[in-house]
Amino acid sequence: MNRDASKGFWRQGEPFVWATGTALSITLIIMAILLVVVMVNGLGVFWPKSVAEATFNDGAVALGEFQKDSKNNETGEEEFQFKTANRDLDPQMQDFHWYYRKNLKGEFRYPTDVIVMERMENGNFIGYIKEIKAVNVESIKGETDASRLRDAIAKTHARYESEVGTILDKTSGLADDLQNIRYAILKVKYDSEQIQLGKRSGVQAELDRLGAEMKKLVAEEERIKETSDELVKEQELYESALRKNSVIMADSAGRTKEIPLVDIVRIYQPNNMGYPAKVWHYISKVFELLTADPRESNTEGGLFPAIFGTIMLIFLMAFTSFPLGVMAGIYLREYAKDGVMVRLVRIAVNNLAGIPSIVYGIFGLGFFVYQVGGTLDSWIYPERVAAGVSTFGTGGIIWASMTLGLLTVPVVIVSVEEALGAIPMGVREGSLALGATKFQTLVRVLLPMASPGIMTGFILAMARAAGEVAPLMITGVVKLAPTLPIDWKFPFGFDRKFMHLGFHIYDIGFQSPNVEAAKPMVYITTLLLLLIVLAMTSVAIVLRNKMRKRYQIRSI
Amino acid sequence: METKTAVDSEPIIKTSNVCLFYGESQALFDVSVDFPGNMVTALIGPSGCGKSTFLRCMNRMNDLVDGVRITGSLQLDGHEINDPTLDVIDLRRKVGMVFQKPNPFPKSIYENVVYGLRIAGVNDRDTLDSAVENSLKRAALWDEVKDRLHVSALGLSGGQHQRLCIARAIAVQPEVILMDEPCSALDPRSTARIEDLIGELRGDYTIIIVTHNMQQAARVSDYTAFLYEGLLVEFGATKQLFTNPEKKETEDYITGRFG
Ligand SMILES: Nc1ncnc2c1ncn2[C@@H]1O[C@H](COP(=O)(O)OP(=O)(O)O)[C@@H](O)[C@H]1O
Ligand SMILES: [Mg+2]
Repeated sequence: MNRDASKGFWRQGEPFVWATGTALSITLIIMAILLVVVMVNGLGVFWPKSVAEATFNDGAVALGEFQKDSKNNETGEEEFQFKTANRDLDPQMQDFHWYYRKNLKGEFRYPTDVIVMERMENGNFIGYIKEIKAVNVESIKGETDASRLRDAIAKTHARYESEVGTILDKTSGLADDLQNIRYAILKVKYDSEQIQLGKRSGVQAELDRLGAEMKKLVAEEERIKETSDELVKEQELYESALRKNSVIMADSAGRTKEIPLVDIVRIYQPNNMGYPAKVWHYISKVFELLTADPRESNTEGGLFPAIFGTIMLIFLMAFTSFPLGVMAGIYLREYAKDGVMVRLVRIAVNNLAGIPSIVYGIFGLGFFVYQVGGTLDSWIYPERVAAGVSTFGTGGIIWASMTLGLLTVPVVIVSVEEALGAIPMGVREGSLALGATKFQTLVRVLLPMASPGIMTGFILAMARAAGEVAPLMITGVVKLAPTLPIDWKFPFGFDRKFMHLGFHIYDIGFQSPNVEAAKPMVYITTLLLLLIVLAMTSVAIVLRNKMRKRYQIRSI
Repeated sequence: METKTAVDSEPIIKTSNVCLFYGESQALFDVSVDFPGNMVTALIGPSGCGKSTFLRCMNRMNDLVDGVRITGSLQLDGHEINDPTLDVIDLRRKVGMVFQKPNPFPKSIYENVVYGLRIAGVNDRDTLDSAVENSLKRAALWDEVKDRLHVSALGLSGGQHQRLCIARAIAVQPEVILMDEPCSALDPRSTARIEDLIGELRGDYTIIIVTHNMQQAARVSDYTAFLYEGLLVEFGATKQLFTNPEKKETEDYITGRFG
């Protein structure tokens, strides 16, 4: 009886249902854990943490953001961690400290006048205002020290912007000019050398003309250098005047530190903030994240260049991968005669997806950067090559995106092929029987019908491309790019190195000198990368569903 | 085999000794039929006897199949259909086709009807509008769809799809319309409508219809050709063929003794 029942149990395949169900749940749970960890750690970073004051039995006082409780590995005693910040005042130059619970005297206190100060350098400062020394700005308003300090900082920043900011704009313009002139000098030099060596025909008049031009260029270079030197001096003058505006801060032990107001990004009083103020703080931090440049070796500030680089990279990738993949897929399915050759190509295409991405990276470096880029350089800028300067012949966003394009093109080919293959023969015949050519049939009927499937391929390709880091590391990604990879004039900045969220995660998470301080940024960057991929693919999915509705093949 | 000529009408498509090979295997053996103009001719025969193959010779749809070889002669208005210099696109405009499975395009009803015209480069709004109205009226679909011409054709029923495909074929003003079992995927009511429609188109177009259904052939056609295993067994006026067949095989087939 019992045996029969268990036999039936096995025969009905019940265990198999369980096994498959369990496998699915395990996968889902792991994914959910990953997402929750990233979300919890990432979303909470910008929420202002209260600053606790701990008094110890020996009379010492520690001020910091409470991090976590733990047991000491060696002694097994209870301890807790504070983010005390004030790296520059700490003898060990640390932002984080562990304290024994047993040394604690009484509970934590949360003094309302504690100030958290985000600085351009040396991380945050946590402490109290002692004295505001604003000599260079008039009429600082405010009831409390904190609001007066905030006003002074705002006014100092405004002055910095109007005085130094304009100079910085000018000097960066001059730096561009200087670069252009240096390239122009290289060109004139190269041209006259070519003529002198007899490699290019030219008469003395031509040489004289080049010589005169050279003189002009050198004079111009000299002039620009002088102007920018003057500007730099002017800037120093302004800056040293502005740096006299400062605040003297005291830490919990009474040690003081004078901090110039221009070095302060923002201040807040976490123990004295209501809910709306905290929300506002959060929003402004998110805004900074999305729009500002990174600070402090990427562990603070914004991620704008990396966000921009990531999106730009995917767009440029799409420009190589999508047309190529669609064309190749169309050829394979619609034009190539089915045979051994086509079948071999199909197998090869399917297997291309299995090649490790670093191999694509190496290929990209060897082929795109050195071969194609080097050749372009020697055609367009022979004078720079002669002077040992590479423009295209070194890693850049264009080559990185082409490498990614190559990596994702099989995905596109396969989906285009499948989408076209799923269209019933009858539709093709219907079009051809009305006198349409094969090409007209393709453009007017088949491609619209295949578009949802093709879109699916695009989505997969974008998601794959957004997640790749390894091939980028050798084809042009950098931890800090001085300019965005875009420009108005040729080569439109496509030759530039760029920043990327995926690489950013790796860089700040594993290459940063201050890993503990960088941890929040790792989570935020991961979250942001996930969101960008999600946003891009959602747009594509919505588009695809629209197309699907429009072109669905109703079975009759 | 001698050519069986229809008597009371000038032939528009003349075929003689058509042999067709799919690679090594032969599907048609010396088929010769003259299709009378502006009449309905039915092709009947058991499944696999080569009806579709023969029909598809007449607008060269067999070109799409790899390894097809045709010998013998097929002429439309005295021009050789298989002439390599002939413009296939032009031929297909003159010889329209309706398929077994309705195959509307995933476009609006309007765009389905004008597809052939647009392909031919006609883009004049008035021409297209009147072509849509005329074709849909001729296909007996106008009243049902005139209020939703710009709605996707995929929402129509199976029977409406097939009439739309007929309208689509009519819109390019062909001389001949080939129909390959146009009702086999439809319910009896839709089938009856299509049969009525064929009756209405008769006289203006030459229709060659492949059918499995003997009653249908008897109802709609003026002439009938009976094919068996790639051979033309008998061709003649439908009445004659159904009431008094010359050949024993024909009689066996139409009385349902095989097939
Ligand atoms: N594309 C093809 N390739 C090879 N043989 C075919 C092909 N199409 C049809 N045939 C063969 O030709 C013969 C006639 O087919 P078909 O014309 O479709 O018959 P029917 O329409 O009368 O049912 C059949 O034996 C069929 O197997
Ligand atoms: Mg058939």
